[in-house]
Amino acid sequence: MTRPLYHPDAVDRRIINGLQEGFALSPRPFAEAAARLGLEEDELISRLENLRRRGAITRFGPFIDAAAMGGAFCLCAMAVPDDHFDLVAAEVNAFPEVAHNYERQHPLNMWFVLATERPEQIEATARAIEAATGLDVLRFPKLEEFFIGFRVTA
Amino acid sequence: MMLDATERRIIEATQAGLPLSPAPYAEVAAQLGLKEREVIDLLRDLQARGVIRRIGIAPNHYALGMVANGMSVWDVDDAAASDLGARVGNLDFVSHCYLRPRALPRWPYNLFAMVHGRSREEVEEKRAEIAALLGAACRQGDILYSTRILKKTGLRIGRQGKA
Repeated sequence: MTRPLYHPDAVDRRIINGLQEGFALSPRPFAEAAARLGLEEDELISRLENLRRRGAITRFGPFIDAAAMGGAFCLCAMAVPDDHFDLVAAEVNAFPEVAHNYERQHPLNMWFVLATERPEQIEATARAIEAATGLDVLRFPKLEEFFIGFRVTA
Repeated sequence: MMLDATERRIIEATQAGLPLSPAPYAEVAAQLGLKEREVIDLLRDLQARGVIRRIGIAPNHYALGMVANGMSVWDVDDAAASDLGARVGNLDFVSHCYLRPRALPRWPYNLFAMVHGRSREEVEEKRAEIAALLGAACRQGDILYSTRILKKTGLRIGRQGKA
């Protein structure tokens, strides 16, 4: 996960801060965005290429609501004894339904997300993990998701 | 939210990113055997339906120095949780915000908000901002810092919505 820090210059900052949403759905969207940012179209495109190559942006395009494509997701947590932690981590990670898994500082020290094609597979997978590990899997399905205002300010 | 076959193809063709060229939708259209106008109209419709949340840059917050993050969790009065959750989600340092069921007695928290900052200290300051915003409706809170990534597969959406 470690990556060298990228130090954006003033123009990079304008692009990163100004282009996190609202990219136009029109035939020449880069020209429109460039005009808004006070740049030329080709300069904006080459800046974006550079930012992507340098790892300062991971992607440029539409953000999809994962649930809209079908599939089910559930955050889960377990309290894993320290002396078994690595073994249990390997057992949990062996399930392809486990999309990501983090160790966290808390008595509930293992947090992972299940992603399955159908909602009923969440429960089946959680039970299978309980059977494999002998530990409870606490399920934290989302009840409500809030609009996110997250903006990285460069 | 049902998607038809063409909509799925457009999402699959663009979810890794739009072409960085002057007419990106024309390029996507050529790739899919559609007209530029069709691609633009379909994307606009997907955005209106909320399937596409926004179109733009995904900054790599690690590369830009936002290297600290913690999962802040809050035990918020149920009657106020929905309204307060919306306000917390709208903060610019919160990247995910959800209401989830409690798991009593082990887990009293129902509001989850992922907080990002340049340092652990900055994350703690943001956490205090959330506590102030929640006020008396919040009985208790905690924050869970990650100590290790044990597994990370991209949540790229395949045909069956599988990671």
